[in-house]
Amino acid sequence: MSEVVAGQNKIGLTKSEYAGSKSTLCTGCGHDSISANLMTAFYQQNIHPHNVMKLSGIGCSSKTPAYWLNQSFGFNSLHGRMAPVATGAKLVRPHMLALGVSGDGDTASIGIGGFMHLLRRNLPMVYIVANNGVYGLTKGQFSATSDQEMQQKSGKKNPFHAIDICSLAVDAGCGFVARTFSGDAKQLIALVSAAFHHKGTAVIDVISPCITFANHDGSTMSYTAVKNKNHHLQELEFILESAESKVDYEEGTTQRVKFNDGTELVLKKLDSRSHDVSNADDAIVLLRNSRAKGEILTGLFYANEDEKTLVEVLNLPAKSIGDMNEADLRPSAQTLSNILENFR
Amino acid sequence: MSLIQNDFVIEIATVNGSGSQSANNIILRSLFRMGIPVGGKNLFPSNIAGLPTWFTIRANQQGYTARRENVDIFVALNPQTLEEDIPKIKKGGWLLYPEETKLPASAETSDLNKLPIPFKQLVDQATDSIKLKKLLVNMIYVGILGELLQISSEVLEKTVSDQFDGKATAIASNIKTLNIGRTYAKENLQSKGFPYRAVTIDKNVGKILIDGNTAGALGLLFGGCGFVSWYPITPSTSLVEAFASYAEVHRKNTDGTNNVAIVQSEDELAAISMVAGAGWAGARAMTATSGPGLSLMGEAAGLFYYGELPGVLWDVQRVGPSTGMPTRTAQGDLLSAYSLSHGDTKHVVLLPGSAEECFEFGQTSLDLAETLQTLVIVLSDLDLGMNFWMADEFKYPTKPFQRGKVLSADELNKAKDYARYKDVDGDGIPYRTLPGTQHPKASYFLRGSGHSEKALYTENSEAYQKVIDRLSKKYETAKTLVPKPEVIENAKANMGLIAFGSTSLPMKEALDTMESKGLPLNYLRIKALPFTKEVDEFVEKQSTIFVVEQNRDGQMAMLLKTHYPQAAAKIRSVLHYDGLPMTAQNIYSPLLNEKGLSL
Repeated sequence: MSEVVAGQNKIGLTKSEYAGSKSTLCTGCGHDSISANLMTAFYQQNIHPHNVMKLSGIGCSSKTPAYWLNQSFGFNSLHGRMAPVATGAKLVRPHMLALGVSGDGDTASIGIGGFMHLLRRNLPMVYIVANNGVYGLTKGQFSATSDQEMQQKSGKKNPFHAIDICSLAVDAGCGFVARTFSGDAKQLIALVSAAFHHKGTAVIDVISPCITFANHDGSTMSYTAVKNKNHHLQELEFILESAESKVDYEEGTTQRVKFNDGTELVLKKLDSRSHDVSNADDAIVLLRNSRAKGEILTGLFYANEDEKTLVEVLNLPAKSIGDMNEADLRPSAQTLSNILENFR
Repeated sequence: MSLIQNDFVIEIATVNGSGSQSANNIILRSLFRMGIPVGGKNLFPSNIAGLPTWFTIRANQQGYTARRENVDIFVALNPQTLEEDIPKIKKGGWLLYPEETKLPASAETSDLNKLPIPFKQLVDQATDSIKLKKLLVNMIYVGILGELLQISSEVLEKTVSDQFDGKATAIASNIKTLNIGRTYAKENLQSKGFPYRAVTIDKNVGKILIDGNTAGALGLLFGGCGFVSWYPITPSTSLVEAFASYAEVHRKNTDGTNNVAIVQSEDELAAISMVAGAGWAGARAMTATSGPGLSLMGEAAGLFYYGELPGVLWDVQRVGPSTGMPTRTAQGDLLSAYSLSHGDTKHVVLLPGSAEECFEFGQTSLDLAETLQTLVIVLSDLDLGMNFWMADEFKYPTKPFQRGKVLSADELNKAKDYARYKDVDGDGIPYRTLPGTQHPKASYFLRGSGHSEKALYTENSEAYQKVIDRLSKKYETAKTLVPKPEVIENAKANMGLIAFGSTSLPMKEALDTMESKGLPLNYLRIKALPFTKEVDEFVEKQSTIFVVEQNRDGQMAMLLKTHYPQAAAKIRSVLHYDGLPMTAQNIYSPLLNEKGLSL
């Protein structure tokens, strides 16, 4: 690898080469912070845009892949169908990094079936939910992640329980489940960077306030509410295998999540609750209790590097199906003639 | 008594789950191996066990192997349906039934030859196992029919041993039972005057006997399908299961890895969406479904059309609307397939009419999907997909895969200004790039929302219309690429008949019958939408056109009338939509009646 030049990452790209088109979202939209932080994570992790597939469904969230990594391959699909579209694409090109951006409507309502089944199949990809608890593009209806008693601007209250994307993900067997806040660059970038190295599906539920329809006093997901209710479970530091500056933490104050490629995510305990991220049952209890308290708990809740991915289950070869041709896909004439013997 | 050679219909009534399927296959395949053209229809319930099921075998040395009304030989193993079964038997036909069955009054009054058979007593000689008796009782009628029809023991026994593929115990017990039936018939039924005989001829040289779903699966296997996602639904399930079982062996590398990805999805919405992702990423990808699944795939079909994604949707049609009759056949999805999805859409639709075409269209559909960068819908149906059709042995495909206009990084270097949705060649087909292409110009953002030639989001009227009009031009190009129709001209005819799909099976018999009764017709079988110029010419030439199809409202006739408004007045419909496979009589009766001709 060449010398690192100032203003470039290790693969010789500048940050501007990770840019996208200008955002058309409302000024102050949480989603724009997500986009900015994603760009930084890709840049810092030295991932070439040509090797990235960015996928989305429909909604404000799903517009965002147009706003970063212009040189990557984008697929803005159908409402609720990001998960299956990503499944098809990733299986055909397993060497590419797949990152999907979906919203709370896209994931927890119309696409909940696809979301759950993506998780149980453990497709290798990073799945970002830009979660604002509201249908922004259709002007402010409640979504499935709106908190019970959350109000619309008109004062109308949401009568239904919220779906917790993180508990669902843990229950479906997802091996990387985290929550963060769109404006928390440090936590978001550390989580996304670690997610790039997770072998299966990584779900990051990003609370991302809707400045236009859910940033008022009655909203439980306004900037003010999130600021007041956000509790960090851990302080996160993502460490590349080659990093020399490993911080020595005091014994018993950290947990390390080791990924198969040698990288690590160091979780430094911040909260009085002791949580073991390798325990799925504890993660669900933790999430239920924190919701009952009305807080927004952020951090990594569950990590598991042992489950087989869909690419492994299907036992796909090193050569991508997307690059295969007659020699790989058409059995011999003798094979056809042998098969036809059974129909005589 | 005059003997009737190689021309008879056998029907066997049982309940499903009773194991009669393999017995029926043995009779069917033995006749086939004697060189006699045959067809086999399985009429089964949407149920796992205990409901009525019928299997019909037609043997006919002229090659008329479609379903035929009026059964010659009826084996009644299901007393529950006897009342409704009796009228199906031809006058003077033969009824074989368990001797303890109390026949309905209609059987007593009908002109029938009744052969009560001591099934219980005979199967008692074969085994003591109660469980096996239930299965082996079917081999009793195989033996009896074998003796009555004079099927050689050698052929029957060889077919039994192939059917049970090397399982020695099963082969031995089945052959033993078969011969118990055979001996019984020899000793007790010879004097009854049974007139039907199977005589070895040579009509099946180079032929196979296969169902369209298996044929389609093989076509896709050899045609390069690398990705399949599907949700189980009758009657398409067996296509994917056949593909998976062949791929398991023939797409396996020596290190155990697979050159194919098959995903059973959570629903049809996901199945077609996975195909969209796979096609975008460069795979030859397909899904298979049936009516309700086709409806669910509607939204994604529009994304394929507008985003210009390659993919194949193989619809094995069943009876609708709604859940309909899942185990009965129809051609009712034609219009919905043609314009599947909201907005301005029109799809390329392939209409296989034989097992050979199911095989051939396996590759053709993938070639067209990639060449045209669009969804190609193959419309098969339950009759073609799940029943046994005679076919010429499939030819090994030698044509290279048609991968369409895909730009590599090198080609992008040479390209002056690349725009994903621009018509460079004047055929309406743009150039695409695949994810992962290492070139700064390769990336584009695929979307189903309004987009410009450069694949940028747009709400601009002009930019939108430019793309949508080019898609129409691309559809014009498709007319030159899709399979051409089969045309059989009759020098004596000035009227024509148009059909498609599984209606082809009884067509020769129907056309021959009509000609012999004074109604010669020209014939055209459509193999694809859009209509090609051969269809234009045929429509132009006929004084009257009968459009024969298996749906209530004449969907193909509607399409023809719309495309050829000048010919609308001469287009007439002949419709069959009771869920049963088409017979020749379904075609010729209404036509001869209308023309005042009698049979």
